[in-house]
Amino acid sequence: MNFLPPGKYFADGNFALTEGAIHAGCRFFAGYPITPSSEVLERMSIRLPEVGGHFIEMEDEIASMAAIIGASNGGSKSMTATSGPGFSLMQENIGLGVITETPTVVLDEMRGGPSTGIPTRVGQGDVMQTRWGSHGDLAPITFAPNSVQESFDLEIEAFNAAETYRQPVIVASDQVIGHLTEILEVKNMEDYHIVQRETRKIRNGNEGVYDYSRDFIPMFEAGTGFRGNVDSLTHDERGYPSNESSVEKEMLEHLLNKVRKNEDKIVKYEEFLVEDSKLVVVAYGITSRSVKQAVKEARKEGLKVGMFRPITLWPFPEKRIRQLAEQSKEFIVPEINYGQYSHSVREYSQTEIKEMHFPPGAVPDYRVILKEIERCLR
Amino acid sequence: MTEVEYHPKHELIREERFPHVWCPGCGLGIELQCYLNALEKSGIPQDSHVLVSGIGCTARIPGYANLDTYHTTHGRGLPFATGMKIANPDLKVTVISGDGDLFNIGGNHFIHAARRNMDLLVICSNNFNYGMTGGQHGSTTPPTSKSASTPYGNIEPTFNLPYIASALGASYVARWTVMHPRQLTKSIRTAMEVKGFAFIEVLSPCPPNFGKFNGFKDGFEEMEFYRKSSVVQNDAKLEDISIDPFHGKNIVLGDFVNRKRASYITLEHELIDRVRGGGQ
Repeated sequence: MNFLPPGKYFADGNFALTEGAIHAGCRFFAGYPITPSSEVLERMSIRLPEVGGHFIEMEDEIASMAAIIGASNGGSKSMTATSGPGFSLMQENIGLGVITETPTVVLDEMRGGPSTGIPTRVGQGDVMQTRWGSHGDLAPITFAPNSVQESFDLEIEAFNAAETYRQPVIVASDQVIGHLTEILEVKNMEDYHIVQRETRKIRNGNEGVYDYSRDFIPMFEAGTGFRGNVDSLTHDERGYPSNESSVEKEMLEHLLNKVRKNEDKIVKYEEFLVEDSKLVVVAYGITSRSVKQAVKEARKEGLKVGMFRPITLWPFPEKRIRQLAEQSKEFIVPEINYGQYSHSVREYSQTEIKEMHFPPGAVPDYRVILKEIERCLR
Repeated sequence: MTEVEYHPKHELIREERFPHVWCPGCGLGIELQCYLNALEKSGIPQDSHVLVSGIGCTARIPGYANLDTYHTTHGRGLPFATGMKIANPDLKVTVISGDGDLFNIGGNHFIHAARRNMDLLVICSNNFNYGMTGGQHGSTTPPTSKSASTPYGNIEPTFNLPYIASALGASYVARWTVMHPRQLTKSIRTAMEVKGFAFIEVLSPCPPNFGKFNGFKDGFEEMEFYRKSSVVQNDAKLEDISIDPFHGKNIVLGDFVNRKRASYITLEHELIDRVRGGGQ
């Protein structure tokens, strides 16, 4: 089988993530087994040879992240899949992908933490790690699916974003979405927008490896005579290392601005009954499913509450949150952690935030959220 | 005096990047030259060669070669190169990095790349210490010798690199010093033809660090000591060739292993053909 044929499937999130990646053109996977994302690795080991791609099980997550960056520079759309402990190990090389402007997709299926935590159960404790996990300044792009369908669709978007913005893009799913089985609808291949990679070959005169005056410049293709230097050290447009603060400024502002200037194109969110709401519940991933239920119940009671669901956790949907802050007196931010995304909602909305902390290990009970909505609005 | 317009190897180096970062008396310039000489003689087109490294003094070698070059993170050159080679098997991928990079922080990747018989040429420059960070000891620092972090002498046993590589099944294993440039060039040239994992250890002086801590007045004296301590013995018993020159033990050099063993890329391509052929 080449691509998953169009149709309706009863599938789990890990299946959808894998098939979405193959639809997106992923032809290289390197990973290390870890609960709860192992099924992605296992399915990749079946599927990639079928489509003429490459699968390798590496010795650890550090090697997996390094291998996908190497493979991407070698010409393959590449990804890895992991969970909290492995995601921690990948952080240094995520920075390598950022500074070398190498497209890759990293799936982090969140589970309970810190450390080994609760491997088999849900958590949302990695959301700030997807933002600030790797040292130095970076402008991350993180997608957070809340269904099997979105696991498929956002995996394609993640590859498109990685190729467009030339950096590692993170898909932050979680244990429940990964193992949840529900309807997945796959369209005809031609109905999907797939960003194909352009590359540069033989070098044109003094053409640089990079061009900081442009947001986007294609990668050079290894082995075709470009003779470029790709470096983890701060580098100029030639790709050559430099200790100069002025070069760091030029490179870093390019790395950040190519994302920041295009935030409007990248940011995605879902809104549910926010038009007239006096209270907005901000929730992402599996938590948003409980929140939606709570909002529906609250509406039955006549309470003016809505849900705002960031689909891209990063870039932060700043503009829309500011607008919502003007109409709503309060935000509730329930998360399966002890307050992470709530900090950003507070920062950008500059309004009162009610954090709701749910311990990893279970999906938040909608009745607890409903009670909080009632308390706020009555 | 004759003026030269170009460096004799101007096609193979990035002239604009010279002078290089290495200290007087360092062996890495010789290593770069041996690699480039071997590349020229290899018959493999220049643009098919790529150089990958981790972090450290040796890891700066790729930056001076006029090829597609990749300077990655500390210890991770091997998994990076593994991904690149699998994605594009037409490339001749060489990893050139130091002992600290490849065997301390990157040791796990080394054992697995060798075990897989991954189609990579790995040149490990061994200067017995971490040069770039000021001469701290590592897993290759000889017994009792001094370093910035073994001021009272090293109490740890050392890795025997050719023995490890051979035990893991590498197709090709050799050890030379930068005082053996002809042998080293020939060895790199041979290793470029090898299918599977090829490993060459190159002993190289580090005059301001390991040299200074152990009483050598300059790089030349350190090189001379290694040269005089060396014997070439291609059929050496690898378990006996750990490096311990300060207790009168000879440094054994040679082309130790050159054997045919199915390489990763060969087996992976067979697997893909089998799967795509309908599964036999």
